[in-house]
Amino acid sequence: MLREATNSIVENDDISDTLVTIDRGAVTRAEVMGEICHHLAPFQIGEKPINGATVITKDLAIDSLAVMDMVMEIEDRFDVSIPMNVVAEIYTVDELADTVLKLRAKR
Amino acid sequence: MGLLDRHAGLVALYGEVRATGADPFQIRMERVLSPTEAIINGKKTLLVGTNNYFGLTFDPSCMEAAIEAIRAEGTGTTGSRIANGSYSEHVSLEEEIAAFYGKKHCMVFTTGYQANLGIISNLVAAEDFLLIDADSHASIYDACKQTQAEVVRFKHNDPSSLDARLRRLGDKPGNRLVVLEGIYSMLGDSAPLKEFIEVCKKYKAYVLVDEAHSLGALGEHGRGLCEEAGVLDDCHFIVGTFSKTLGAIGGYCVSNDPDFDVLRVTTRSYMFTASLPPSIVASVRQALRVVIAHPELRTHLWANVHTLYEGLKAQGFVLGPEHGPVVGVHLPDKMLAIGFWRAMLDAGVYVNVAIPPATPNGVSLLRCSVSAAHTKEQLQLMIEVMTGIGRQMGVIPATPPMETQARVAGSKH
Repeated sequence: MLREATNSIVENDDISDTLVTIDRGAVTRAEVMGEICHHLAPFQIGEKPINGATVITKDLAIDSLAVMDMVMEIEDRFDVSIPMNVVAEIYTVDELADTVLKLRAKR
Repeated sequence: MGLLDRHAGLVALYGEVRATGADPFQIRMERVLSPTEAIINGKKTLLVGTNNYFGLTFDPSCMEAAIEAIRAEGTGTTGSRIANGSYSEHVSLEEEIAAFYGKKHCMVFTTGYQANLGIISNLVAAEDFLLIDADSHASIYDACKQTQAEVVRFKHNDPSSLDARLRRLGDKPGNRLVVLEGIYSMLGDSAPLKEFIEVCKKYKAYVLVDEAHSLGALGEHGRGLCEEAGVLDDCHFIVGTFSKTLGAIGGYCVSNDPDFDVLRVTTRSYMFTASLPPSIVASVRQALRVVIAHPELRTHLWANVHTLYEGLKAQGFVLGPEHGPVVGVHLPDKMLAIGFWRAMLDAGVYVNVAIPPATPNGVSLLRCSVSAAHTKEQLQLMIEVMTGIGRQMGVIPATPPMETQARVAGSKH
C-alpha cells in the first residue's frame, strides 16, 4: 500500500513536469496525434496502421472501457477533461485529436 | 437485421464460455442449505461467492421477523409509496437507518441499484459536474446516462487524479458531485477516503459514498468506510444496500440535506416501482439490530478474511491489493478463469468468475466473498481446493514461494 502510494506520487510529479513543459508552448496537432497513436498502439490489429481515419472501437482491438482509460491518459498529458458524453461521440482518432485541441483552446 | 444482432460480439464470447461445458452466468442452485452451503449439480457445495458478509440470510430472528410480517401485513405492497402510500414499517426502517448513521434523513429503495440510479441522477443536472471513479459500479455508470450533467472519470482510488479534474473545471458555475465506493466490488479495495475528502473540500465539491459492500464490515459500529475514515460528517450522501450484509434486498440513501425529502417526488426509480414488501422491511430492520448488537460478527468476518487472503497469498496467488471481505484472485486470461471456476465447482466450491468487459483494466478474476458464517475448516478446504487446481493449471508454483516460506519459518521464533 505504502509503496503504491509513493509510486503514484512519483508518477504525478512526472505528469506535472510534463504539463509545465506543454503549457509553456502551444500544442501542435502532430503532438496530440502522436500521443494518441502511442496510447492506441497496443490495440493495433495486425499491420494495419493507426492514423487519423482509424475508427477507434472498430479498427482496433479495444473495448469501450479501455477507450475511456486511454482517454484519461490523454487528458492528463494535455491537461484537459473530456466529459464522458463527449467521448461517446468520438469515433475516429482525428475526432479525438480535434476534441483535445478544442478543449485546450478554451482553457 | 435482427434486434439482437448488435450483441453478436457478446454472443460469440458467451458461446466460447459455454463451450467449456459450464455456464457461470446461469448457475442453478438446486437448494440453498445455509449462508455457506447449497446443492449444485446434485452435490453439496461450499459457497464463497455470495456477498453474505454476516451470514444473516438464515439468522433465526430475521427469518421470524419476516414470517411474522407476512402473517400480519401480507406478501407485497402492490404499488409505489407515492401512489399507494407507505406502510408504517417503511417509515420506521428509514428512521432507524438515519439514526444508525446519525443523519437526519433517509430514503429507502426497492434495490440498491435503484438507489444509486435515482439519487445520483437527481442530485446533478445540466451545468453541473459529476465526477466518478473509473472502477465505479454499473449502477453509478447508468446514473450518469440519466443526467444532463457533465460526467468526468478520474483514475481509480487516485485523489490526485480527482484533484486535476476538479482544478480543470476552474471557476465554471455549477455544482460538483464526487461519487466514491466504500469497497469496490471486484478487487475488494477501499477508497482512500480521507484524502479524497480533502480534495473535495478544497474545491467545495459534494461527496456521495456507496457503502454497498462495506456496511457492517468497516467502521467501529459497522457504518462503513465513512465511519472507519472518520469522515461521516463530510459525506453529504451515503448510499447502501440491504442485499449483502443485511441479507435481504433493497437500497437506501441518508443525508443531512434539509431539502432531501424533495427527492421523493423527483426520483423516478423511487416513484415508479413497487415498494419493499413487509417481510423484507421486517427482516432488514431486525438485521440492522443484529449488526448493532453483535460487533463480534465483524471481528469474525475479518478473522476469516485474514485466513483466506493470507492462505491464498502464501500459495502464490495474485490477489487484490488489500484485505477485505471481497477477495479477487487474478488469473492470466478469461478462458483460464472460466476453466478454473469450473474445476472449483466440480470440486465443490462456488466462487464468482469475473471477466472483461465486466472488470476493470481487462483483468480476469475469481471473485471470492468471505462470510462471518464461514468456519475455519470451510476456508481451509477452499484454500486447499484452489491451491490444488492452481498448481494443476500452472497458475501458482508447485510449492509455496520462497518469500512466504521464509516468513512462515521466521514467525515460528
